[in-house]
Amino acid sequence: MVSGEVFSTAARPGGFGRRVWRSIVRHGFPDTNRNRSLAVFSNLFLHVHPVKVRVEAIRFTRTFYLGGLAAALFVILTVTGVAVMFYYHPSVPRAYADVKDLEFVVTAGVILRNVHRWAAHAMVAAVFLHMARVFLAGAYRPPREFNWVLGVLLLVATVFLSYTGYLLPWDQLAYWAVTIGTSLAAAVPLVGGDISFLLLGGNQIDENTLLRFYVLHCVVLPLVLTGLFAVHLWRVRKDGGIYLPPEATGRATRVVDGEPTP
Amino acid sequence: MGLVDDLAADTPVVEISRRKALGVLTAAAAGVAAAGTAVMAVRFMRPNVLFEPPSKFVVGRPDEIPIGSLVAMPKQKLYIVRGADGFYAMSATCTHLGCMTQHRAAEKRFICPCHGSSFDLQGNVLGGPAPRALDRRWLGIEDGMLVVDTRKPAPQGDVLRV
Ligand code: HEM
Ligand code: FES
Repeated sequence: MVSGEVFSTAARPGGFGRRVWRSIVRHGFPDTNRNRSLAVFSNLFLHVHPVKVRVEAIRFTRTFYLGGLAAALFVILTVTGVAVMFYYHPSVPRAYADVKDLEFVVTAGVILRNVHRWAAHAMVAAVFLHMARVFLAGAYRPPREFNWVLGVLLLVATVFLSYTGYLLPWDQLAYWAVTIGTSLAAAVPLVGGDISFLLLGGNQIDENTLLRFYVLHCVVLPLVLTGLFAVHLWRVRKDGGIYLPPEATGRATRVVDGEPTP
Repeated sequence: MGLVDDLAADTPVVEISRRKALGVLTAAAAGVAAAGTAVMAVRFMRPNVLFEPPSKFVVGRPDEIPIGSLVAMPKQKLYIVRGADGFYAMSATCTHLGCMTQHRAAEKRFICPCHGSSFDLQGNVLGGPAPRALDRRWLGIEDGMLVVDTRKPAPQGDVLRV
Protein backbone atom coordinates (compact mmCIF):
# COMPACT_ATOMS: atom_id res chain seq x y z
CA MET A 1 0.00 0.00 0.00
CA VAL A 2 1.27 3.44 -0.92
CA SER A 3 1.86 5.50 2.14
CA GLY A 4 0.09 8.81 2.35
CA GLU A 5 -2.36 7.74 -0.32
CA VAL A 6 -5.85 9.22 -0.45
CA PHE A 7 -8.89 7.86 -2.28
CA SER A 8 -8.39 8.16 -5.99
CA THR A 9 -10.51 7.15 -8.94
CA ALA A 10 -7.52 6.67 -11.17
CA ALA A 11 -6.98 3.08 -12.17
CA ARG A 12 -4.03 1.66 -10.31
CA PRO A 13 -2.33 -1.65 -10.48
CA GLY A 14 -3.47 -4.15 -7.90
CA GLY A 15 -6.31 -6.08 -9.48
CA PHE A 16 -9.86 -6.91 -8.45
CA GLY A 17 -9.29 -7.59 -4.75
CA ARG A 18 -7.77 -4.19 -4.33
CA ARG A 19 -10.72 -2.53 -6.05
CA VAL A 20 -13.14 -4.29 -3.73
CA TRP A 21 -11.11 -3.14 -0.70
CA ARG A 22 -11.04 0.43 -2.05
CA SER A 23 -14.81 0.40 -2.57
CA ILE A 24 -15.21 -0.19 1.17
CA VAL A 25 -12.24 1.64 2.72
CA ARG A 26 -11.64 5.00 1.15
CA HIS A 27 -8.49 6.04 2.94
CA GLY A 28 -4.92 4.91 2.66
CA PHE A 29 -2.74 3.36 5.32
CA PRO A 30 -3.10 5.50 8.46
CA ASP A 31 0.51 6.61 8.75
CA THR A 32 -0.12 10.27 8.02
CA ASN A 33 -2.29 12.68 10.01
CA ARG A 34 -4.59 13.10 7.03
CA ASN A 35 -5.22 9.37 6.65
CA ARG A 36 -5.59 8.95 10.39
CA SER A 37 -8.33 11.59 10.35
CA LEU A 38 -9.97 9.97 7.33
CA ALA A 39 -9.92 6.62 9.13
CA VAL A 40 -12.06 8.14 11.86
CA PHE A 41 -14.52 10.27 9.99
CA SER A 42 -15.07 7.96 7.04
CA ASN A 43 -16.13 5.21 9.44
CA LEU A 44 -19.67 5.21 10.83
CA PHE A 45 -18.67 3.47 14.05
CA LEU A 46 -15.48 5.42 14.78
CA HIS A 47 -16.96 8.79 14.04
CA VAL A 48 -18.80 8.88 17.37
CA HIS A 49 -15.49 10.40 18.40
CA PRO A 50 -14.56 13.74 16.91
CA VAL A 51 -11.51 13.68 14.68
CA LYS A 52 -9.51 15.34 17.42
CA VAL A 53 -10.01 14.49 21.07
CA ARG A 54 -8.15 15.89 24.03
CA VAL A 55 -5.94 13.33 25.72
CA GLU A 56 -7.47 14.54 29.00
CA ALA A 57 -10.96 13.63 27.78
CA ILE A 58 -10.16 10.01 26.97
CA ARG A 59 -8.12 9.39 30.10
CA PHE A 60 -9.68 6.37 31.84
CA THR A 61 -10.09 8.05 35.22
CA ARG A 62 -11.96 10.97 33.68
CA THR A 63 -15.14 9.00 32.86
CA PHE A 64 -14.19 5.43 33.84
CA TYR A 65 -15.75 4.80 30.41
CA LEU A 66 -19.02 4.17 32.24
CA GLY A 67 -21.34 5.58 29.57
CA GLY A 68 -19.48 3.58 26.94
CA LEU A 69 -19.69 0.52 29.17
CA ALA A 70 -23.46 0.94 29.44
CA ALA A 71 -23.64 1.24 25.64
CA ALA A 72 -21.46 -1.86 25.16
CA LEU A 73 -23.66 -3.82 27.57
CA PHE A 74 -26.70 -2.72 25.59
CA VAL A 75 -25.13 -4.18 22.43
CA ILE A 76 -24.43 -7.46 24.27
CA LEU A 77 -28.01 -7.50 25.56
CA THR A 78 -29.39 -6.95 22.07
CA VAL A 79 -27.36 -9.78 20.56
CA THR A 80 -28.03 -12.32 23.33
CA GLY A 81 -31.65 -11.16 23.61
CA VAL A 82 -32.33 -11.76 19.92
CA ALA A 83 -30.70 -15.19 20.29
CA VAL A 84 -32.91 -16.33 23.16
CA MET A 85 -36.00 -14.96 21.35
CA PHE A 86 -35.64 -17.86 18.91
CA TYR A 87 -36.60 -20.31 21.68
CA TYR A 88 -38.94 -18.29 23.88
CA HIS A 89 -42.73 -18.17 23.44
CA PRO A 90 -44.44 -15.40 25.42
CA SER A 91 -47.39 -17.55 26.52
CA VAL A 92 -48.43 -18.85 29.91
CA PRO A 93 -48.10 -22.57 29.08
CA ARG A 94 -44.75 -22.16 27.27
CA ALA A 95 -42.77 -19.36 28.89
CA TYR A 96 -41.42 -21.14 31.96
CA ALA A 97 -40.82 -24.38 30.07
CA ASP A 98 -38.93 -22.53 27.33
CA VAL A 99 -36.65 -20.84 29.85
CA LYS A 100 -35.99 -24.24 31.42
CA ASP A 101 -35.19 -25.63 27.97
CA LEU A 102 -32.73 -22.80 27.43
CA GLU A 103 -31.01 -23.81 30.65
CA PHE A 104 -30.98 -27.58 30.12
CA VAL A 105 -31.73 -28.51 26.52
CA VAL A 106 -30.69 -25.87 23.99
CA THR A 107 -27.02 -25.98 22.98
CA ALA A 108 -25.30 -22.91 24.46
CA GLY A 109 -28.70 -21.78 25.75
CA VAL A 110 -27.42 -21.63 29.30
CA ILE A 111 -24.56 -19.29 28.42
CA LEU A 112 -26.71 -17.01 26.26
CA ARG A 113 -29.40 -16.73 28.91
CA ASN A 114 -26.92 -16.06 31.68
CA VAL A 115 -24.92 -13.52 29.69
CA HIS A 116 -28.22 -11.75 28.99
CA ARG A 117 -29.21 -11.81 32.64
CA TRP A 118 -25.85 -10.71 34.06
CA ALA A 119 -25.36 -8.03 31.42
CA ALA A 120 -28.80 -6.69 32.35
CA HIS A 121 -27.80 -6.37 36.01
CA ALA A 122 -24.47 -4.86 34.98
CA MET A 123 -26.14 -2.33 32.69
CA VAL A 124 -28.37 -0.99 35.46
CA ALA A 125 -25.27 -0.67 37.65
CA ALA A 126 -23.20 0.95 34.88
CA VAL A 127 -25.91 3.51 34.06
CA PHE A 128 -26.28 4.36 37.71
CA LEU A 129 -22.53 4.72 38.25
CA HIS A 130 -22.27 6.79 35.05
CA MET A 131 -24.91 9.13 36.43
CA ALA A 132 -23.08 9.36 39.75
CA ARG A 133 -19.82 10.16 37.93
CA VAL A 134 -21.46 12.87 35.82
CA PHE A 135 -22.96 14.32 38.97
CA LEU A 136 -19.70 14.28 40.93
CA ALA A 137 -17.82 15.86 38.03
CA GLY A 138 -20.45 18.60 37.87
CA ALA A 139 -20.83 17.75 34.17
CA TYR A 140 -24.60 18.37 34.33
CA ARG A 141 -24.08 22.15 34.47
CA PRO A 142 -24.69 24.42 31.46
CA PRO A 143 -24.45 23.77 28.58
CA ARG A 144 -25.04 20.12 29.42
CA GLU A 145 -28.37 20.40 31.29
CA PHE A 146 -30.40 18.96 28.43
CA ASN A 147 -28.08 15.98 28.19
CA TRP A 148 -28.68 15.36 31.87
CA VAL A 149 -32.44 15.31 31.17
CA LEU A 150 -31.87 12.84 28.33
CA GLY A 151 -29.78 10.83 30.78
CA VAL A 152 -32.65 10.66 33.27
CA LEU A 153 -34.91 9.33 30.47
CA LEU A 154 -32.23 6.77 29.59
CA LEU A 155 -32.11 5.67 33.22
CA VAL A 156 -35.90 5.27 33.26
CA ALA A 157 -35.79 3.28 29.99
CA THR A 158 -33.03 1.05 31.40
CA VAL A 159 -34.96 0.37 34.60
CA PHE A 160 -38.16 -0.42 32.65
CA LEU A 161 -36.23 -2.80 30.40
CA SER A 162 -34.91 -4.55 33.47
CA TYR A 163 -38.37 -4.70 35.05
CA THR A 164 -40.22 -5.96 31.96
CA GLY A 165 -37.54 -8.59 31.32
CA TYR A 166 -37.89 -9.84 34.88
CA LEU A 167 -41.43 -11.16 34.26
CA LEU A 168 -40.59 -13.17 31.16
CA PRO A 169 -39.33 -16.39 32.90
CA TRP A 170 -42.83 -16.60 34.45
CA ASP A 171 -41.48 -18.09 37.69
CA GLN A 172 -42.46 -17.29 41.27
CA LEU A 173 -39.87 -14.54 41.58
CA ALA A 174 -41.12 -12.90 38.38
CA TYR A 175 -44.79 -13.22 39.24
CA TRP A 176 -44.56 -11.67 42.69
CA ALA A 177 -42.09 -8.97 41.63
CA VAL A 178 -44.58 -7.86 39.00
CA THR A 179 -47.40 -8.08 41.55
CA ILE A 180 -45.47 -5.65 43.72
CA GLY A 181 -44.50 -3.36 40.84
CA THR A 182 -48.03 -3.02 39.52
CA SER A 183 -49.37 -2.50 43.06
CA LEU A 184 -46.88 0.36 43.36
CA ALA A 185 -48.27 1.81 40.12
CA ALA A 186 -51.81 1.35 41.45
CA ALA A 187 -50.92 3.57 44.42
CA VAL A 188 -50.56 6.64 42.15
CA PRO A 189 -53.37 9.08 43.04
CA LEU A 190 -56.41 9.19 40.70
CA VAL A 191 -54.97 7.34 37.69
CA GLY A 192 -53.20 4.52 39.59
CA GLY A 193 -55.94 1.99 38.94
CA ASP A 194 -55.92 2.80 35.21
CA ILE A 195 -52.13 2.56 34.95
CA SER A 196 -52.20 -0.83 36.63
CA PHE A 197 -55.05 -2.01 34.37
CA LEU A 198 -53.19 -0.87 31.24
CA LEU A 199 -49.91 -2.47 32.36
CA LEU A 200 -51.56 -5.77 33.25
CA GLY A 201 -53.98 -5.74 30.33
CA GLY A 202 -56.69 -6.69 32.84
CA ASN A 203 -57.29 -7.01 36.57
CA GLN A 204 -54.72 -9.70 37.27
CA ILE A 205 -51.33 -10.87 36.08
CA ASP A 206 -52.23 -13.15 33.21
CA GLU A 207 -51.45 -13.99 29.60
CA ASN A 208 -52.21 -10.38 28.58
CA THR A 209 -49.59 -9.12 31.05
CA LEU A 210 -46.95 -11.53 29.77
CA LEU A 211 -47.56 -10.50 26.16
CA ARG A 212 -47.53 -6.79 27.01
CA PHE A 213 -44.29 -7.04 28.93
CA TYR A 214 -42.77 -9.08 26.12
CA VAL A 215 -43.60 -6.51 23.44
CA LEU A 216 -42.37 -3.67 25.65
CA HIS A 217 -39.19 -5.55 26.52
CA CYS A 218 -38.26 -6.81 23.05
CA VAL A 219 -39.48 -3.99 20.80
CA VAL A 220 -40.75 -0.76 22.32
CA LEU A 221 -38.17 -0.06 25.03
CA PRO A 222 -35.06 -1.05 23.00
CA LEU A 223 -36.21 1.29 20.20
CA VAL A 224 -36.85 4.12 22.66
CA LEU A 225 -33.48 3.57 24.30
CA THR A 226 -31.65 3.47 20.97
CA GLY A 227 -33.25 6.75 19.88
CA LEU A 228 -32.51 8.49 23.18
CA PHE A 229 -28.95 7.18 23.18
CA ALA A 230 -28.28 8.51 19.68
CA VAL A 231 -29.34 12.01 20.73
CA HIS A 232 -27.46 11.67 24.04
CA LEU A 233 -24.16 10.85 22.37
CA TRP A 234 -24.63 13.48 19.69
CA ARG A 235 -25.24 16.05 22.41
CA VAL A 236 -21.99 15.12 24.18
CA ARG A 237 -20.15 16.31 21.07
CA LYS A 238 -22.37 19.33 20.42
CA ASP A 239 -21.96 20.43 24.03
CA GLY A 240 -18.21 20.62 23.51
CA GLY A 241 -17.16 17.06 24.31
CA ILE A 242 -16.65 15.53 27.72
CA TYR A 243 -16.64 18.14 30.46
CA LEU A 244 -13.11 19.03 31.52
CA PRO A 245 -12.42 21.01 34.67
CA PRO A 246 -10.32 24.17 34.21
CA GLU A 247 -7.17 22.54 35.53
CA ALA A 248 -7.42 19.87 32.83
CA THR A 249 -7.84 22.31 29.94
CA GLY A 250 -5.12 24.60 31.23
CA ARG A 251 -7.50 27.57 30.92
CA ALA A 252 -9.75 29.37 33.29
CA THR A 253 -13.36 28.37 32.64
CA ARG A 254 -15.88 31.10 32.12
CA VAL A 255 -19.52 30.22 31.71
CA VAL A 256 -21.32 33.15 30.19
CA ASP A 257 -25.11 32.82 29.91
CA GLY A 258 -24.88 29.08 29.55
CA GLU A 259 -22.57 29.25 26.52
CA PRO A 260 -19.56 26.97 26.44
CA THR A 261 -16.30 28.82 26.77
CA PRO A 262 -14.60 29.14 23.41
CA MET B 1 -86.36 47.61 21.56
CA GLY B 2 -85.84 47.00 17.92
CA LEU B 3 -83.50 44.65 16.11
CA VAL B 4 -79.82 45.49 16.34
CA ASP B 5 -78.18 45.98 12.98
CA ASP B 6 -74.98 43.92 13.26
CA LEU B 7 -73.49 45.37 10.14
CA ALA B 8 -73.88 48.91 11.35
CA ALA B 9 -72.36 48.06 14.75
CA ASP B 10 -68.81 49.19 15.22
CA THR B 11 -66.89 45.88 15.37
CA PRO B 12 -63.08 46.03 15.48
CA VAL B 13 -61.49 44.46 12.44
CA VAL B 14 -58.46 42.24 13.10
CA GLU B 15 -56.42 41.60 10.04
CA ILE B 16 -54.11 38.61 9.84
CA SER B 17 -52.17 37.52 6.83
CA ARG B 18 -53.25 34.57 4.75
CA ARG B 19 -49.99 32.80 5.66
CA LYS B 20 -50.63 33.24 9.35
CA ALA B 21 -54.27 32.13 9.07
CA LEU B 22 -53.31 28.98 7.20
CA GLY B 23 -50.51 28.36 9.68
CA VAL B 24 -52.88 28.61 12.65
CA LEU B 25 -55.41 26.33 10.96
CA THR B 26 -52.73 23.77 10.09
CA ALA B 27 -51.38 23.81 13.63
CA ALA B 28 -54.89 23.41 15.03
CA ALA B 29 -55.64 20.50 12.69
CA ALA B 30 -52.35 18.81 13.59
CA GLY B 31 -53.06 19.36 17.28
CA VAL B 32 -56.53 17.81 17.05
CA ALA B 33 -55.14 14.85 15.09
CA ALA B 34 -52.33 14.34 17.64
CA ALA B 35 -54.72 14.53 20.59
CA GLY B 36 -57.11 12.10 18.93
CA THR B 37 -54.29 9.69 18.18
CA ALA B 38 -53.06 9.88 21.77
CA VAL B 39 -56.55 9.21 23.19
CA MET B 40 -57.13 6.33 20.78
CA ALA B 41 -53.70 4.85 21.55
CA VAL B 42 -54.54 4.68 25.25
CA ARG B 43 -58.03 3.40 24.47
CA PHE B 44 -56.59 0.74 22.16
CA MET B 45 -54.44 -0.57 24.99
CA ARG B 46 -57.53 -1.20 27.18
CA PRO B 47 -58.87 -4.66 26.34
CA ASN B 48 -62.65 -4.84 25.88
CA VAL B 49 -62.93 -8.57 26.55
CA LEU B 50 -61.10 -10.29 29.38
CA PHE B 51 -60.72 -14.02 29.84
CA GLU B 52 -60.51 -13.82 33.61
CA PRO B 53 -62.41 -16.15 35.95
CA PRO B 54 -65.72 -14.67 37.19
CA SER B 55 -65.42 -12.73 40.42
CA LYS B 56 -68.58 -14.33 41.83
CA PHE B 57 -68.59 -18.05 42.50
CA VAL B 58 -70.10 -20.76 44.68
CA VAL B 59 -67.96 -21.96 47.59
CA GLY B 60 -70.15 -24.86 48.62
CA ARG B 61 -72.89 -25.79 51.07
CA PRO B 62 -72.50 -23.90 54.36
CA ASP B 63 -72.70 -27.07 56.44
CA GLU B 64 -69.65 -28.46 54.61
CA ILE B 65 -67.51 -26.00 56.54
CA PRO B 66 -67.35 -26.86 60.26
CA ILE B 67 -67.41 -24.14 62.92
CA GLY B 68 -63.93 -22.96 63.82
CA SER B 69 -62.39 -23.86 60.46
CA LEU B 70 -60.70 -21.94 57.68
CA VAL B 71 -60.78 -22.74 53.97
CA ALA B 72 -57.87 -21.33 51.97
CA MET B 73 -58.62 -20.84 48.25
CA PRO B 74 -55.26 -19.91 46.72
CA LYS B 75 -56.56 -19.76 43.11
CA GLN B 76 -59.10 -17.10 44.10
CA LYS B 77 -56.70 -15.56 46.67
CA LEU B 78 -59.37 -15.90 49.34
CA TYR B 79 -59.96 -17.28 52.83
CA ILE B 80 -63.39 -18.41 54.02
CA VAL B 81 -63.57 -18.49 57.81
CA ARG B 82 -66.36 -19.92 59.92
CA GLY B 83 -66.21 -18.61 63.47
CA ALA B 84 -68.56 -19.30 66.35
CA ASP B 85 -70.95 -16.53 65.22
CA GLY B 86 -70.87 -17.06 61.44
CA PHE B 87 -68.97 -16.87 58.15
CA TYR B 88 -66.73 -14.23 56.66
CA ALA B 89 -64.69 -14.08 53.47
CA MET B 90 -61.31 -12.39 53.53
CA SER B 91 -58.94 -11.53 50.72
CA ALA B 92 -55.60 -13.36 50.92
CA THR B 93 -53.93 -10.42 49.15
CA CYS B 94 -51.50 -8.58 51.42
CA THR B 95 -52.54 -4.95 51.93
CA HIS B 96 -48.91 -3.83 51.59
CA LEU B 97 -48.04 -4.48 47.93
CA GLY B 98 -50.30 -7.31 46.90
CA CYS B 99 -48.41 -10.56 47.48
CA MET B 100 -50.43 -13.57 48.63
CA THR B 101 -50.42 -14.27 52.36
CA GLN B 102 -50.04 -17.79 53.74
CA HIS B 103 -52.10 -19.32 56.53
CA ARG B 104 -49.99 -20.58 59.44
CA ALA B 105 -52.50 -22.73 61.32
CA ALA B 106 -50.17 -23.57 64.22
CA GLU B 107 -49.37 -19.88 64.83
CA LYS B 108 -52.99 -18.81 64.27
CA ARG B 109 -51.99 -16.08 61.84
CA PHE B 110 -51.31 -15.19 58.21
CA ILE B 111 -47.87 -14.16 57.05
CA CYS B 112 -46.74 -12.50 53.85
CA PRO B 113 -43.56 -13.91 52.29
CA CYS B 114 -42.69 -10.68 50.44
CA HIS B 115 -41.85 -8.21 53.22
CA GLY B 116 -42.93 -10.10 56.32
CA SER B 117 -46.30 -8.57 57.25
CA SER B 118 -48.39 -10.72 59.58
CA PHE B 119 -52.12 -10.72 60.35
CA ASP B 120 -54.32 -12.42 62.94
CA LEU B 121 -57.23 -14.67 61.95
CA GLN B 122 -59.60 -11.64 61.82
CA GLY B 123 -57.17 -10.07 59.37
CA ASN B 124 -55.86 -7.39 61.75
CA VAL B 125 -52.23 -6.35 61.25
CA LEU B 126 -49.87 -7.89 63.80
CA GLY B 127 -46.64 -6.59 62.29
CA GLY B 128 -44.74 -5.63 59.19
CA PRO B 129 -45.31 -2.88 56.63
CA ALA B 130 -48.98 -3.66 55.85
CA PRO B 131 -50.99 -0.44 56.36
CA ARG B 132 -54.40 -1.98 57.09
CA ALA B 133 -56.25 -5.19 57.87
CA LEU B 134 -56.91 -7.78 55.15
CA ASP B 135 -59.90 -6.73 53.03
CA ARG B 136 -63.25 -8.45 53.56
CA ARG B 137 -65.28 -9.72 50.62
CA TRP B 138 -68.99 -9.98 50.09
CA LEU B 139 -70.45 -13.33 51.13
CA GLY B 140 -74.04 -14.51 50.88
CA ILE B 141 -76.39 -17.45 50.56
CA GLU B 142 -78.04 -18.09 47.19
CA ASP B 143 -80.18 -21.20 46.64
CA GLY B 144 -78.82 -22.63 49.87
CA MET B 145 -75.21 -22.30 48.68
CA LEU B 146 -72.45 -20.10 50.07
CA VAL B 147 -71.54 -17.52 47.38
CA VAL B 148 -68.63 -15.03 47.30
CA ASP B 149 -67.94 -12.01 45.09
CA THR B 150 -64.25 -11.13 45.21
CA ARG B 151 -64.84 -7.74 43.60
CA LYS B 152 -67.44 -6.60 46.16
CA PRO B 153 -65.99 -5.32 49.42
CA ALA B 154 -67.63 -5.97 52.78
CA PRO B 155 -67.19 -4.03 56.03
CA GLN B 156 -64.68 -5.27 58.60
CA GLY B 157 -66.29 -7.29 61.37
CA ASP B 158 -69.40 -8.30 59.39
CA VAL B 159 -70.31 -11.96 59.74
CA LEU B 160 -72.90 -13.99 57.90
CA ARG B 161 -75.11 -15.93 60.26
CA VAL B 162 -76.65 -19.05 58.80
C1 HEM C 1 -28.61 3.87 28.83
C2 HEM C 1 -27.93 4.64 29.60
C3 HEM C 1 -26.79 5.58 29.21
C4 HEM C 1 -25.84 5.45 28.23
C5 HEM C 1 -25.67 4.28 27.26
C6 HEM C 1 -25.02 6.66 28.28
C7 HEM C 1 -23.91 6.89 27.47
C8 HEM C 1 -23.06 7.98 27.58
C9 HEM C 1 -21.76 8.08 26.97
C10 HEM C 1 -21.12 7.03 26.06
C11 HEM C 1 -21.24 9.29 27.34
C12 HEM C 1 -19.83 9.78 27.01
C13 HEM C 1 -19.01 10.06 28.30
C14 HEM C 1 -18.97 9.02 29.39
O1 HEM C 1 -18.80 7.82 29.09
O2 HEM C 1 -19.08 9.41 30.59
C15 HEM C 1 -22.22 9.99 28.15
C16 HEM C 1 -22.10 11.27 28.70
C17 HEM C 1 -23.04 11.92 29.52
N1 HEM C 1 -24.15 11.30 30.12
FE1 HEM C 1 -24.79 9.45 29.68
N2 HEM C 1 -25.49 7.49 29.25
C18 HEM C 1 -26.57 6.88 29.86
C19 HEM C 1 -27.32 7.37 30.95
C20 HEM C 1 -27.12 8.63 31.55
C21 HEM C 1 -27.78 9.07 32.75
C22 HEM C 1 -28.73 8.20 33.62
C23 HEM C 1 -27.38 10.38 32.98
C24 HEM C 1 -27.79 11.34 34.08
C25 HEM C 1 -29.00 11.46 34.54
C26 HEM C 1 -26.48 10.75 31.89
C27 HEM C 1 -25.89 12.00 31.71
C28 HEM C 1 -24.81 12.26 30.90
C29 HEM C 1 -24.16 13.54 30.74
C30 HEM C 1 -24.59 14.88 31.41
C31 HEM C 1 -23.03 13.32 29.89
C32 HEM C 1 -21.96 14.34 29.50
C33 HEM C 1 -20.84 14.10 30.52
C34 HEM C 1 -19.63 15.00 30.34
O3 HEM C 1 -19.68 15.88 29.49
O4 HEM C 1 -18.67 14.75 31.08
N3 HEM C 1 -26.34 9.65 31.06
N4 HEM C 1 -23.33 9.15 28.29
S1 FES D 1 -46.51 -7.36 49.95
FE1 FES D 1 -46.92 -8.34 51.82
S2 FES D 1 -45.46 -7.47 53.12
FE2 FES D 1 -45.09 -6.41 51.24
